Amino acid sequence: MKNIFYQIFHSQKFVAGFSILMIILLILFIYPLIFPGDPLQMIGLSSFSKPGIYVSVYDAIDSEPSTMKLPDADVKRLMKKLSNEDRLAMKEWLVATGTPEDVIDILDTDGLLKLWKDSYDPSLKPEGMTLAKRNYYKRLNASLEKAFDYSRIIIATKDEETGELNEEKTVSSNDYININDVANVVYLPLGTDNFGADVAKKLVSAAKTSIMIGLIAGSIATFIGLTFGLLAGYVGGIVDDFIMFITNLFTVIPGFILLILISYGIDQDKRGAAVVALVIGVTSWTWTARSVRSQVLSLRNRDHVNLSKLSGHGLARIILTDILPYIASYVVMALILQISTAILAEAQLSMLGLGPKTTERPTLGLMMNWAMLYSAHTHGYWWAYFPVLLFIALISFSLNLMNTGLDQVFNPTLRD
Amino acid sequence: MKGYRKYFAKKLLWFFLTLIIAFVLNFVLPRLMPADPIANIMSRTARGINESAATRAMYENYVKAFGLDKPAIVQFTTYVRNAFRGDFGQSFSQYPRKVNDIISNAILWTIGLQMPAIIVGWLLGNILGALAAYIRKGFDKLLMPLSLFLSCVPAFGMAVILLGLFAVKLKIFPVAGGYGFDLIPTFSWKFIKSILLHYQLPFWSIVIISIGGQAIGMRSMSIYELNADYVKYSRYLGVKDRKIVRYVFRNAMLPQVTGLALSLGTMVGGALVAETVFSYPGLGTTILKAVTASDYPLLSAATLIITIMVLVANFAIDIIYGLIDPRVKATQFE
Repeated sequence: MKNIFYQIFHSQKFVAGFSILMIILLILFIYPLIFPGDPLQMIGLSSFSKPGIYVSVYDAIDSEPSTMKLPDADVKRLMKKLSNEDRLAMKEWLVATGTPEDVIDILDTDGLLKLWKDSYDPSLKPEGMTLAKRNYYKRLNASLEKAFDYSRIIIATKDEETGELNEEKTVSSNDYININDVANVVYLPLGTDNFGADVAKKLVSAAKTSIMIGLIAGSIATFIGLTFGLLAGYVGGIVDDFIMFITNLFTVIPGFILLILISYGIDQDKRGAAVVALVIGVTSWTWTARSVRSQVLSLRNRDHVNLSKLSGHGLARIILTDILPYIASYVVMALILQISTAILAEAQLSMLGLGPKTTERPTLGLMMNWAMLYSAHTHGYWWAYFPVLLFIALISFSLNLMNTGLDQVFNPTLRD
Repeated sequence: MKGYRKYFAKKLLWFFLTLIIAFVLNFVLPRLMPADPIANIMSRTARGINESAATRAMYENYVKAFGLDKPAIVQFTTYVRNAFRGDFGQSFSQYPRKVNDIISNAILWTIGLQMPAIIVGWLLGNILGALAAYIRKGFDKLLMPLSLFLSCVPAFGMAVILLGLFAVKLKIFPVAGGYGFDLIPTFSWKFIKSILLHYQLPFWSIVIISIGGQAIGMRSMSIYELNADYVKYSRYLGVKDRKIVRYVFRNAMLPQVTGLALSLGTMVGGALVAETVFSYPGLGTTILKAVTASDYPLLSAATLIITIMVLVANFAIDIIYGLIDPRVKATQFE
């Protein structure tokens, strides 16, 4: 036993898969401790807010600023304001008025502005330029000049009775506040989804549920498959015929279709995560049964089994002590694969709107489903779906990697 | 040839047996649903009618029209009889459209998308897997983890990623549909071009996924065969490497054919979900629509058609397999 563990943990692939899985599990347990709270809570009133740190503007005004003079503050401010089209248009003007093209680098905001200031003249009329285009340049120039206007912004409150504005405070371009002084700061590492819920928090909770579904469904499938495989392989005869009939039947009829039909038959209110796990488990045991059976067939006529039979041991005892230990490694591998397929099955089922009910607990599939329903993928809200996909793929990848590692330990012919 | 005929007869018997069971499952499972499908149609057709006697009469009319007042066994025999005539009744959600009208529109899209994609993925995967087993070293070290990772991404996930990258970000391919929304299906050059353009992303997302799984299988089969005694013996005899490799891969290929037959159901299921990402006008999207509108004649017909398609494909693979590898005739049913 010790030797087996030694071998397993010396298989690179197993260790790699195991580490990925452990890191994921660690994140799943630690993240809620650092950022507690209900993952389904709708914090955003608008959907699909970008990932980042959100600072309350209201509170920020209230905080005491310190004055700082940073050298590249202006450039940064302008960079935010200047769109790519504006930059290209500026280049067009500069080229039209005789600046050599290779001097201009539209990505270098500072240099571009210097060139612009030097050569822009509203009275110039470059050849072939329409009036509308010239007016556009006038507006662009005006907005650029405004950006360099460092007058203070006044924060005012409105007098309820007279409607007068009373100056409360002024903000200058050199005012900075410490983020720690602001009362309300929200960290949204993965933004919000269509419900305005924190994606990161939801993702962690969803991954946990999905892994649970995988575990339950995988265990059920492996248990049924193992039982059927053992009975069919060892008992043989009519039991074997019957079990193999059912198994062959359900290998040809696509399991996913059965999954759709059964899930459709269960009312949405009753379709909790556990029920979905049960349904997935019940529909995906066939190949485990097949392969366990073929393993048992090769074992049943070994000497130690025959000896046990001659000693008058019962069926249960022979199966448990003389056969099961020999296929244990195989069963563990089947279980790992079943878990990973079950997680995928849940995701696919949810994509069709047949997953667990939405209101209770998020699952990875449900998150995908809602992201698709709100067309997050066509609008480029990558944070709503990409991390979910990555989680599904990584969980499944780590399990498969572990499985390959185990396979190489137990089947020496496959070793590199 | 006699042995083959027996094998063929056995397969054919199995085919019909599974077909019958598939019919029963397709009929029974969705009808276990407690929800009332007619309430669904009523909510649309009876909108604005306030008189309760009128709505009641409408309800009863629908119950009669759909045959829901008859006992289940009568419903089943009617269903089977009609199904054999290619009549799946009327859709609930797109009433009064016929189900076979909707299905026959969708089925060509699905077959046209999935069959080439699965075959191309299978071939490419096998070639890559065989190469990885033969070359080993760097190629294998890179390809193995990559194919393992790819095979773990669900097909719809690959679809979403390709869509986000090539359709939304780079704008090379269209975002959704089977052809341009401004076109009417005709046999014009423009229409065919539009179809081909819309075809790329769904096609490649299925191909890339299936490459991964197949490559892994082929690689381990090939490694197993390369270590077999007959290979060593041939090497000692001085048979050319090229010739050995041909034998090895022919032998490694055979289990891959059965592998294809066994995984066909899973692959089709995954590809169906990938279809929904692109709103591709195939059966996957039809199923999604049927589920959202709780339209069980449509759902049941769609799932039945898919099951039959998979059964037929399986049957075909079995028959071909029996021809290329005579040994299976003996072992297939053990």
